[in-house]
Amino acid sequence: MQNAILAAFLGGVACSTVGVFVVMMRISFIGVCLSHAAFAGALLGALVGFNPVVGAFAFSLLAAAVIGPLADRGEFNPDTAIGILFSLMLGLAFLFMGLMPGPRTQALGLLWGSILTVTNADLILLAVVCASVVALVVLFFKEIQAVTFHREVAMAVGIPASAIFYALLFLTGATITASFRTIGGLLIFSLIINPAAAAYQLTYSMKRLFCLSALFGVLSGWLGLLISYLFNIPSGAVIIVVSTLIFAVATIFSPKRKVKGLSNVGTGFSSAAD
Amino acid sequence: MARADEVVIEIEDAVVSYREDVALRGVSLTVRRGEFVGIIGPNGAGKTTLLTLVNGLGRLLSGRVRVLGKPLAPRNAHHIRTRVGYVAQVQDIDPRMPITVREVVMIGRYGRLGPFHRPTQADRDVVERMIELVGMSPLADRPIGHLSGGEQQRTAIARALAQEPDIFLLDEPTAFLDWRAQREILDLVQEIHRRQRLTTLFVTHDLNALPRCDRVVLMKDGLIQGEGRAGAVLRNEVLSELYGTPITLIEHAGRQVVLS
Repeated sequence: MQNAILAAFLGGVACSTVGVFVVMMRISFIGVCLSHAAFAGALLGALVGFNPVVGAFAFSLLAAAVIGPLADRGEFNPDTAIGILFSLMLGLAFLFMGLMPGPRTQALGLLWGSILTVTNADLILLAVVCASVVALVVLFFKEIQAVTFHREVAMAVGIPASAIFYALLFLTGATITASFRTIGGLLIFSLIINPAAAAYQLTYSMKRLFCLSALFGVLSGWLGLLISYLFNIPSGAVIIVVSTLIFAVATIFSPKRKVKGLSNVGTGFSSAAD
Repeated sequence: MARADEVVIEIEDAVVSYREDVALRGVSLTVRRGEFVGIIGPNGAGKTTLLTLVNGLGRLLSGRVRVLGKPLAPRNAHHIRTRVGYVAQVQDIDPRMPITVREVVMIGRYGRLGPFHRPTQADRDVVERMIELVGMSPLADRPIGHLSGGEQQRTAIARALAQEPDIFLLDEPTAFLDWRAQREILDLVQEIHRRQRLTTLFVTHDLNALPRCDRVVLMKDGLIQGEGRAGAVLRNEVLSELYGTPITLIEHAGRQVVLS
């Protein structure tokens, strides 16, 4: 249980921090695609007999390497390309699962995650990735702020925006890889997007956005664990439900819901409203 | 100190293509320090592509580009961009975007600062000065997404100026703005040029949104069709030919107004 509490903390902080990039840059679909790629890679590892973590990491990086340029160049509609890649990854995952002989406990474990049986090795990996994510956000805060605000603007002022964008995709892939064993391949994405989306409803400061998102991520993990322990139900699923509830509450109480009613009065420079 | 007649942009025979379309088919342009150059022409003429050559965002198929005395290459493009301010059309910004006017203007300093350097008091002073210059001080703490299009463009101009650039590029900055905001942005751009003598390239397809320029460049079909002093170029027959539709210029209250 101690390991589970620690895993929920580390996974919650890492996932909800990369979630801020995903939500700010409006690339949720890319995130979904990356997490399914990790899932397919892990299953391939389980099937062929190498470490699922390695498979997951390789696949999510590969997916990021394919998606990044597609989203970048606008050669054709990135939505279409990501949709194709996403369904391919899901198809591969089920293919690998179908090819597995015997009872598919390991595959199902990867699907749903098993935070209660998290190993020390998992914890170390989670801790390393979590610390790296937080350190990089602190170190490159201004670059990340510029790129997540507007990539063309960031590039135009001389920030290496493409490199930062790829690094963010890479970090997202690494975080997914490190936490899918505990949270589960199918569910991890909610832990990435829900806390960040909830925090996004509540603040106009990016620093606070990161902090609130991490807080909601950890809260989802811990509350989920508690509920799953009390009622003896699957922890991964409960964590997701809790994080969704937090998002719902944040949306209902969001001060930003009133944004539409704001008027630009008293500025002297506002253009006449249409 | 830079000489007044120093050439800051030198484009020679530039060819740029996006997939099958040739966007520029051999364009040459020289701009000297302090000039205000208007670039006009119909949609798809290659005006924006020409601007992207100056800040190294466009990819050259053949030809040569020198900016601020250095040949532009992927290796030094980041560095050159820190010295080139760029303002595009008003962007569609999420009203919930967690970033304030002041923070957006500060982004203009980030490229110059480089990684691992935090903004100093000097950077903050520049940012405040530019916010003041564009008249956005009362709104400096507002989230950028809450502003009107005109206010967002003022912020974008302040951000570009916060770079303390040597070259200022404006790409249809008044598109989608209402009349009053258009006029205010144009006056602001002109005022900035008058005060700072900042080398400025201003692109527009809309002749009524063209500020007073030292020189006007006419573009069509990826080529420069002509250039010259505003008075020599902005004539009915020249513009009608350029836009492929009869255009009449009239003088009103000291300003040229275009009818088509």
